[in-house]
Amino acid sequence: MSTITGVTAADETPTPTSGSPLGGDAAGTGRLGDRLFGGLATGAGGLVVALVTLIGLFLLWQAIPALAHNEASFLTSREWVVGGDHPRFGIVELLWTTVASSLIAMALAVPVGVGVALFITQYAPRWLSRPAASLVDLLAAVPSIVYGLWGVLTFRAAIRPVEDFLQSTLGWFPLFSKTGITGGTIFFIGIVLAIMVLPIVTALSREVFAQTPVAHKEGALALGATRWEMIRTAVLPFGRPGVISASMLALGRALGETIAVTFIVSTLSPGNPWSWSLFNGGETFASRIANNAAEFDSPQKTGAFIAAGLVLFVLTFVVNAVARIVIERRKAFTE
Amino acid sequence: MKIQRFGMLAGATLIGSLALSACGSDNNTADSGSQGSASGAASSTECAKGTLNAEGSSAQKNAIEEAIASFQDACEGATVNYNPTGSGAGIKQFLAGQVDFAGSDSALKKEEKDGKVETEEAQKHCGSPAWNLPMVTGPIAVSYNVKGVDKLVLTPEVIANIFNGKITTWNDPAIAKINSGATLPSEPIKVFFRSDESGTTENFTKYLKAAAPNAWTAEPGKSWTGKGEGKEKSAGVASAVQSTEGGITYAEWSYAKDNKLGIAQVDNGAGPVELTGESVGKAVAAAKQDGEGNDLRLKLDYATKEAGAYPILLVTYEIVCSKAQDPAKVDLTKAFLKHFASADTQKSLEEIGYAPLPAEVQSKVETAISALS
Repeated sequence: MSTITGVTAADETPTPTSGSPLGGDAAGTGRLGDRLFGGLATGAGGLVVALVTLIGLFLLWQAIPALAHNEASFLTSREWVVGGDHPRFGIVELLWTTVASSLIAMALAVPVGVGVALFITQYAPRWLSRPAASLVDLLAAVPSIVYGLWGVLTFRAAIRPVEDFLQSTLGWFPLFSKTGITGGTIFFIGIVLAIMVLPIVTALSREVFAQTPVAHKEGALALGATRWEMIRTAVLPFGRPGVISASMLALGRALGETIAVTFIVSTLSPGNPWSWSLFNGGETFASRIANNAAEFDSPQKTGAFIAAGLVLFVLTFVVNAVARIVIERRKAFTE
Repeated sequence: MKIQRFGMLAGATLIGSLALSACGSDNNTADSGSQGSASGAASSTECAKGTLNAEGSSAQKNAIEEAIASFQDACEGATVNYNPTGSGAGIKQFLAGQVDFAGSDSALKKEEKDGKVETEEAQKHCGSPAWNLPMVTGPIAVSYNVKGVDKLVLTPEVIANIFNGKITTWNDPAIAKINSGATLPSEPIKVFFRSDESGTTENFTKYLKAAAPNAWTAEPGKSWTGKGEGKEKSAGVASAVQSTEGGITYAEWSYAKDNKLGIAQVDNGAGPVELTGESVGKAVAAAKQDGEGNDLRLKLDYATKEAGAYPILLVTYEIVCSKAQDPAKVDLTKAFLKHFASADTQKSLEEIGYAPLPAEVQSKVETAISALS
């Protein structure tokens, strides 16, 4: 958790012995073990930074020549012709599908995930909370291809009536307008993604909620709060940064999910008229790259797909940065 | 205390080394430890020892796996690995010298593309011309799912108009006209296409372009340019049609059969032709040979009006160096390819959705394999 956002809920726990702990070299004794461990930890930290930088450089390196040859606007075009002498490609459709499906996933997974976490930490009897927690964690252990298979073969039929209902009653609203797509719509992908990221939201939220200082909770109850009021005034504010960071981690997963999406999604044929509808098909960044990876036969073509990958990389980066800013602000606000 | 500290240290080093070894090279070149001895026990299958690595077209995956299984049963000490990553990847790996032969659903291209000519690249890599050996013929089935319609006849024009979105319902007069007697429902036609780039799409659009040039105006290619809803790979389109009433797609025969889809008969002008091993063989035999000598690239005549020939098919080739770079592997390569091209193996492929090579093509392939050195 802390690696993602740089902040853990534990940072805020009021320690009975106040005063900052020794940090950095001040606590070192100069003994071999200290120096060795310090070196290993620094090395590990440096390795991560170097890796991310190198991946970013690699993407840029591969993408720039392809982008230079691109004859369409990369950010606003919907075409995707990457081979040949006159490549024309743009990412706007990929961006829309990726962001829309991930947002649907977040809208569904965050409330439910927080609810599950609250149930496990605050409501469930002791004998139930542990098995319930492990069951939710088990969801995270299901390989994504299994979600894909299950989505296509079983879950699709269950969601179909919901989509039909929304299309027929709310069809006047652009997001719900009718389309001819029968298979994997953006809406459906969002639901499957929600199930996939649920354990992330739940597990991290559970951890922070469980760390709510007992004094806060008992204080609220002593002032006459009901259980719900206690949760609202003590547990939720305390856990907010954790929930936000959990959501961002989950969003990152949803944005980048590949196999399940590739399996489920219905792609659109070229020249299909633009539609805002969530019941349209489309491809996400990751699914388009994965779907075509077998046919990367020229650097130009590869470069175009890597350019799309670069956008996804930047998108995830921005999401994490925003999360960090939000958390920092919240922290200042609550303290 | 000391021991504990040592343990932690050891743990840290262990984790470090694990992390490092995880980024180790995935070396997948041949472990040519066992040298191929000159063809030993001569039974029906010639044998040689060693390991062959091949990569390429997923269209021939099931066929080559069948051939590998029977070859390895007959020959102890021989291993053949086939990695179905796609034709493009297979050719790339072949040109890079990573695999012994490539499977591809089109012959090496003679025209320049992205500044490179595949045949020249292959010549450079092999130090000798590379040969395209047609090995597996995979018919493409126009597969549909319409309740109550067991027999459907389609002409190239109608197929093209369905797949480019001009014909949108099953009881369209154009379909009804050539299917008198069938009760066609008024439901919409749901077209599914391959969302990944594929040789199946390429061959199917080549067929449409050749047989119905007026109705299908787009250039043939690996990516789909018509209408419809895209699904991943053959399995994706086949299962989508299976679960969608009114669906239609183009898919390899085996997928259409496995998913119990209806398969349309195609009328190229000489009457409706059902998709069978025999009718496909007729179309392959009618193909012109396009290469020189033992380079057996075929030029399929998609618009063929020959009676009883099923015209929509793709031929996958094994691409080999005519003079092998690794002499130790020549015997094994020859033995395996001979086994693959043999009448018995070819016959066994029909059960899994491929069509056997017609006799005249098969004997040419065998001659070419014998000439490998």
